[in-house]
Amino acid sequence: MTAHPLGNGGRLAAIHGWLLLLPAAVLLAAFTHYPAVATFWHSLFTTPRGNRPARFIGADHYRDMLADPIFWTALQNNLVFAAGTILPSIALAMAMALWVNARIAGRGLLRLAYFTPTVLPMIAVANIWLFFYTPDYGLFDQVRGLFGLPAVNWLGSGDTALGAVIVVTVWKEAGFFMIFYLAALQQIPPELGEAAQLEGASRWQRFWRVTFPLLMPTTLFVLINATINAFRLVDHLFVMTRGGPDNATSLLLYYIYEVGFKFWDQGYAAALTMVLLSLLATVALLKFFWLERKVHYQ
Amino acid sequence: MSESVQLTRALVRPIASPAPSGLLADGRIDRLLNTTGAWALGILWLAPLLYAVWTAFHPSAYSTRFDLFAPLTLENFRAAWAAAPFPRYFLNTSILVATILAGQLVLGTLAAYAFARFSFPGRDIAFALVLIQLMIMPDVLVVENYRSIHALGLVDTIPAMALPYMASAFGIFLLRQTFKTIPRELEEAARIEGCGTLGILWRVYVPLAKPTYLAYALVSVSHHWNNFLWPLIVTNTVETRPLTVGLAVFAGTDQGIDWAIITAATLLASGPLLIAFLLFQRQFVQSFLRAGIR
Amino acid sequence: MRKLFSGLNQIAAGLGIALSVAAAPAIATDLTFFYPVAVGGPVTKIVDDMAAAFEKEHPGIRIKPVYSGSYQDTITKVLTANKGGDAPHVSVLLSTDMYTLIDEDAIVPFDELARSDEDRAWMQGFFPGFMKNSQTGGKTWGIPFQRSTVVMYWNKDLFKAAGLDPERPPQNWQELVDYGRKLTQRDASGKVTTWGVQVPSSGFPYWLFQTFTTQAGVELMNAAGTQTYFDKPEVIEALQYWVDLSRKHGVHPQGVVEWGTTPKDFFERKAAIIYTTTGNLTNIRNNAGFDFGVAMLPAGKQRGTPTGGGNFHIFKRATAEEREAAMKFVKWMTAPQRAAEWAIATGYVAVSPAAWETETMKKYVADFPAPTVARDQLQYAVAELSTHENQRVTKALNDGLQAALTGTKTPAQAMQDAQREAERILRAYR
Repeated sequence: MTAHPLGNGGRLAAIHGWLLLLPAAVLLAAFTHYPAVATFWHSLFTTPRGNRPARFIGADHYRDMLADPIFWTALQNNLVFAAGTILPSIALAMAMALWVNARIAGRGLLRLAYFTPTVLPMIAVANIWLFFYTPDYGLFDQVRGLFGLPAVNWLGSGDTALGAVIVVTVWKEAGFFMIFYLAALQQIPPELGEAAQLEGASRWQRFWRVTFPLLMPTTLFVLINATINAFRLVDHLFVMTRGGPDNATSLLLYYIYEVGFKFWDQGYAAALTMVLLSLLATVALLKFFWLERKVHYQ
Repeated sequence: MSESVQLTRALVRPIASPAPSGLLADGRIDRLLNTTGAWALGILWLAPLLYAVWTAFHPSAYSTRFDLFAPLTLENFRAAWAAAPFPRYFLNTSILVATILAGQLVLGTLAAYAFARFSFPGRDIAFALVLIQLMIMPDVLVVENYRSIHALGLVDTIPAMALPYMASAFGIFLLRQTFKTIPRELEEAARIEGCGTLGILWRVYVPLAKPTYLAYALVSVSHHWNNFLWPLIVTNTVETRPLTVGLAVFAGTDQGIDWAIITAATLLASGPLLIAFLLFQRQFVQSFLRAGIR
Repeated sequence: MRKLFSGLNQIAAGLGIALSVAAAPAIATDLTFFYPVAVGGPVTKIVDDMAAAFEKEHPGIRIKPVYSGSYQDTITKVLTANKGGDAPHVSVLLSTDMYTLIDEDAIVPFDELARSDEDRAWMQGFFPGFMKNSQTGGKTWGIPFQRSTVVMYWNKDLFKAAGLDPERPPQNWQELVDYGRKLTQRDASGKVTTWGVQVPSSGFPYWLFQTFTTQAGVELMNAAGTQTYFDKPEVIEALQYWVDLSRKHGVHPQGVVEWGTTPKDFFERKAAIIYTTTGNLTNIRNNAGFDFGVAMLPAGKQRGTPTGGGNFHIFKRATAEEREAAMKFVKWMTAPQRAAEWAIATGYVAVSPAAWETETMKKYVADFPAPTVARDQLQYAVAELSTHENQRVTKALNDGLQAALTGTKTPAQAMQDAQREAERILRAYR
């Protein structure tokens, strides 16, 4: 490695380095680091209202939270939502990429079909999904009707609403993840597959022994993204269910929005945000200590 | 976002010849099954868009039934266009997306250069702090960020929507990885020609990182064109509201849903992005594949 | 004490007028007017025209309408602006936001602005049904402007097909069930093709639920907005009736019914009778491909409906002079002739009896009598559910209603839970 003309660790280099970093650092600190810390601080205060200023109440918001059934419902829903979106969207993304990467009829069009959900705004397509799920004359019930099946109130029943919302999320995400698998697949030297073929491995064996392990880094990366998204994607709830029926589709971030911007109880919303932050921090730590060790990428 | 891991991997791997064709295509039945499966999924995935196109171009009465001979109409587009100030929303969204992208590219380039080619005290800690944003995105910090934006007196402005996203950890990470692959000899050559720090960045690093910029720009634009929650929270008026929030206001009437007009509005709103994707989809995927490989 | 303050206010206001008279030729009073509508629709044009006409008659006052999106957007914007010290001077907001606006110390009562007998007579001139959401603690905080109620729409063709008199809608709860049985159609496999009746329950089910509770002869909250009665036996009975429509009698779809698709269900003949707002009249008139009727809701112990919609509010931060101008504007906007024109143009219920007596209105309903149903139902109208911490209390009730309708809780259990939650929230306000 050639020495940098400004000198490794020289003072001029240090000043230049910090100056280059400064603009991004200021914004990151202001809108990521500061709010993360301030969330905790503000969760210890009441929300100021009218003439009443904020008052320090310690852990009261957290105590309320433990007694708040909607919080527990939203948390539980969010875990189900995560489980229901992460694996299916990854599996589908992988299948899509394999298909689109192989010589399949209409490959270009297919790739386009898989990818379109990524460019459509969720808030708008949610209205279309609302039609698909409408009882009786909605798309799904019309199709079910062909087989003589009864109408289902998909979004209006506590049993099916969360599942319906999960399907929309998987639809939205899978095509985006596909692109990463596609990029990864194109990096796999074909000789590897050919070598396995010569050894007489079946297609299925080749996938599990050669392709799948080689896709592992991509899978882990997509896994993390899908996990973050599971706590971040709530746009469709605004149109499709508003968290109902009876909170059956309420997710943490949606509940935070309701508490913070409909009830204007920003103190309690801060406490709820802390839960979300802890969940994300856990994911980050898992990634750092466990996954990162398995996948070296640098 | 940590798309970075993937793209980083792409950086360090040698370029390969495309499409290992043998992998999935043993035998005829296999091929048939695969094609059927792939297309079944493809049609399911296209269904909302197909429905939107069908409904938007037919009278409202046909929005729930398929009839090959239904009359075609542009009335829904006219009605949608008249019912909401779409030109203004387009303008707002365009300014928003451009502001965010410009910020991300400029700030990301500067910071990435610092991380890639300078050594200074606190660099590694600073880098770790940047990476935190890959996990904890502004999207989940809306309550506190609203407080800050309010304190700054920026509620209901386009900068309010853009600021939390302008420094992107993903962008910084991605560009840092790309810059690291650029041979230092090029930098030294430029220095001998008399370039300063920024001159080198501009003449050497930026041109060589073009595929990365393109891939990143496409992800950023499609993400922020469709972003909803934060703009919903910080905007209140037509003068600032982006398309997504405009659409939500537009669709949420007391009179109930008219899918004919809503799908027309949806197509209007996502039209530019859809067309751009149709035109550039090859480059889009390619730029993902090639980001940083030079 | 309060009296003293209001006295002082009046003196201050008087001074303001004196000053404004003195300064009139030099400066005009600019009023910011927040109006909850997404810009670009036909309503914007009407409001613009009205503002222009007002300015013409009042040269010293300029109105700057700000179209601020949905009601939700508007209240958010108003509250934010109020904290920042730049609230509008006057705004149309949901009548149910009254307690929130009072708690935020954002608005002034109209009693303080009404000085002449004429002013006081004007305040008395509205339908009492609409004033219930506009007054608390003996003061009037809002003036009705765009108000609605729940009404019933029925498909006359389906009535005929079911052997019912197409001109006679069901009159009471029992008849609604009986008619519903006849109207509900099943195909050979037993699948329902048309439901007898449909009452939407997504988004704001409490509003529709209030039709049943009012008909059961019970109110959901006290006039001070500090106490709810969700667990009263009559309330539970009302919910039981709604739940029974689907679970026992099988004349109503199961689970939560989407508000947004209900008019479409009606057009598609999937529902023979629907409950929805008077504000849907124009939509249904334009899109129903069959002969339909509009009627008062069926009676339980009595008839009943909540009111809904928006009131005018005048903001505290306005100067005495601005408040005076705002008062003139509100009076002008709600004058009988304007109220009639507004109702005809938008489909809202004209807010004062005098408006219905104008020639314009008489001529309109002579051709199209449907709007009179809402007017005649007003005598049975109660205030829309509204308390302190309104959004939160309402959510507690909404959740309970949806739990009962989807069958996860019994009506009694659901209402007791909702009441407990409302108690917890409202305790601080007593």
